[in-house]
Amino acid sequence: MNPTDYAILYKRQLSENVYMMRIHAPYIAAERKPGQFILLSVDESYGERIPLTIADADAAAGSITIIFQKVGLTTTLLADLEVGDHLAAVLGPLGQPTHVSKVGTVVCVGGGIGVAPMHPIAKAFKSAGNRLICILGARNKDLVILEDEIRAFADEVIVCTDDGSAGRKALVTAPLKELCEQMPRPDLSIAIGPPIMMKFCAETVRPYGVPLIVSLNTIMVDGTGMCGGCRVTVGGETKFVCVDGPEFDGLKVDFDGMMKRLQAYRPQEQRMAAEGQEHQCRMMAQAEKLEKK
Amino acid sequence: MPHDGASREAGEEVTMSTVSPEELNDRAQTILADIDAKGGVLKASERLSIPAQEMPNQDPGERRHNTDEVALGYSVAQARVEASRCLQCKNQPCVAGCPVSLPIRDFVSAIAANDFGKAIALIKEKSLLPAVCGRVCPQESQCQASCTVGKSLKDVDKAVAIGRLERFVADWEREQSQAPVPEVKPASGKKVAVVGSGPASLVVAADVRREGHDVTVFEAFHKFGGVMLYGIPEFRLPKAIVSAEVETLRAMGVKLIPNFLVGRTRTLQDLMDKDGFDAVFVGTGAGLPHFMNIEGENLVGVFSANEYLTRANLMRAYEKGRAATPIVDAHRVAVLGGGNVAMDAARTALRLGADEVYLIYRRTAKEMPARVEEVEHAKEEGVQFHMLRNAKRILGDDQGRVTGIECLCYELGEPDASGRRAPVAIAGSEFVLPVDTVIVAIGNGSNPLIRQTTPGLEFNKRGNIVCDENGRTSLAKVFAGGDIVLGAATVILAMGQGRRAAAAINDMLSKA
Repeated sequence: MNPTDYAILYKRQLSENVYMMRIHAPYIAAERKPGQFILLSVDESYGERIPLTIADADAAAGSITIIFQKVGLTTTLLADLEVGDHLAAVLGPLGQPTHVSKVGTVVCVGGGIGVAPMHPIAKAFKSAGNRLICILGARNKDLVILEDEIRAFADEVIVCTDDGSAGRKALVTAPLKELCEQMPRPDLSIAIGPPIMMKFCAETVRPYGVPLIVSLNTIMVDGTGMCGGCRVTVGGETKFVCVDGPEFDGLKVDFDGMMKRLQAYRPQEQRMAAEGQEHQCRMMAQAEKLEKK
Repeated sequence: MPHDGASREAGEEVTMSTVSPEELNDRAQTILADIDAKGGVLKASERLSIPAQEMPNQDPGERRHNTDEVALGYSVAQARVEASRCLQCKNQPCVAGCPVSLPIRDFVSAIAANDFGKAIALIKEKSLLPAVCGRVCPQESQCQASCTVGKSLKDVDKAVAIGRLERFVADWEREQSQAPVPEVKPASGKKVAVVGSGPASLVVAADVRREGHDVTVFEAFHKFGGVMLYGIPEFRLPKAIVSAEVETLRAMGVKLIPNFLVGRTRTLQDLMDKDGFDAVFVGTGAGLPHFMNIEGENLVGVFSANEYLTRANLMRAYEKGRAATPIVDAHRVAVLGGGNVAMDAARTALRLGADEVYLIYRRTAKEMPARVEEVEHAKEEGVQFHMLRNAKRILGDDQGRVTGIECLCYELGEPDASGRRAPVAIAGSEFVLPVDTVIVAIGNGSNPLIRQTTPGLEFNKRGNIVCDENGRTSLAKVFAGGDIVLGAATVILAMGQGRRAAAAINDMLSKA
């Protein structure tokens, strides 16, 4: 198969709005390292380029695994594609890989869909000889992803849900705080998830002097440093998530500024997502008509 | 004393013609009849008295609401009349002014003689992108700056319109739909990788492929053309022209791989070691936008010109309702900068529906690096110029959205290192312009990716690749050209570098 033929090889719905796909992308599968991401587009002429994290890869099979949540127009269109369909573009692997080393005890916190990018990073820290504790957070039982996969290699897994339908009824910061209070303290913590979760993880570990790495997912156009749309303030300096990140010192990131920037296109996006669904409805109606004939 | 800064120059000094294309053609027909009656044999004084042919343009009021090309192009009669103004100088000062030494005198002479096929053939011996260069080259500071006609008439604007003539024959050829595919020599068995697909890269791909080498172009975006696609807007350079050039390369057998970021998808070294490329040309451009480093620059509503133009052009956000990529609904826009990119951003904002567009530049019109034609077009369309003003900080609301820009007034002081009079801030002259969008167009640094991932490749302090006049870098088999070497420059300079690097690559491969 042509290496730039981005065919969907496998698709599974993980929960109401969360999907897993394996995509043919042999160059990326061969080169990607934990912490890196891709940009994809579903339409050659009019598509939008969105950043998504790489949840896993199989270099021998030439495929990468993505896990995404249906939130806007592009993810809605992506969720509607089936095995055998093709993406218009997949660019990667982008960003600086995670700096993985043996530090002792590492706590990985994944919130919601953030567990997907956390998976390869956690695995890499375990392989490097660290003691690995993973905290998986979700709103409810159905939204907990990759729990079995992570249990397969982690030393300890703590599941938290907002409603208590799985694991503890708690926010991820509660077990994180408990771990920080234990002696010896964790040597490193990593948090990937909604910005508000990462912000509170930072406030949780800060008093204990436990270092925190966060992986940011901001608005991007090219993903190569050219547009600067992804910029965030880290320690008072402007950084580009695509080339300087996506990982930064979580204790220095201006999460409030980042959250505001993530809202930049909310009005346009909501309008477009609605239009996208309307378009689908029209297509379905059309298809039904054809079938009846 | 606070300055209100509302120096509305727009509309006050419209110098460009609004004469209709039909009228311009009728006038040219009359002059051409005279010239033909004399069998084209004219005295120098007669040639100097032929009026310079104006470029027919779309009406400013209309064009600010569409993305169609502004300049409509000469008619056949206009082109022949304009070409007849050329004095056919023996010493050809125009050729010396051209970075790729186009045989200007001879192609202009062919146009005057109605032999357009010969004219374009002459150009194509030296340039591969005449339809592009005819549109975006700064001719007024290159070939036309040294034109004897302009000098005789003591006005560079009265020089022979070489760029417009170049565009005319390039468009003529494309419309014939019989543009020949350049000949390719038998396969040499050598492989060359070209990184990026802007003007320098396209030229290298063509020149190296012609020698029979196997050429692969790697592009990070999903479409080919680099800055000619994502940066320069449709109204200045129609995308169809760029894609025609790319299709010519494809027809020559050049392989084009999109969505491939050298440095990440594959390192440069791996292209040689693992994929067996015998030479690599790096033409990755100036892809890292500078910001002002002022307060409020990360507010929602502040964009680099790269981002704003890429969303509008490459991602086609101007086709609202069709494009999936959103673009800000800007009503009052401040553009910071005075180059061609600033003009492109300001004029794009108008076309996307902005009510007011202010261009803020800290020197005066005289020092502006933008082409005069672009400045005039921007003024005609209603961009408001605030000269000797500079942004001090950007103001926002509690949602983090832009509400205004605080500017400071400047005056010109002593000449600085660049030879231009340095702008000096006037203390206490702050004023606020209420805006909802700020576009920063103050230039680009160089993209760090190749530097970070290619040990042994030498870069200068500004992040540009160091190479000799033939594009040879510090690494064997690696060549470079275009903005990654020059810093932000022009299409024609990039093309010139591509030409020389391609010759060096072909020379190296012929000896290998």
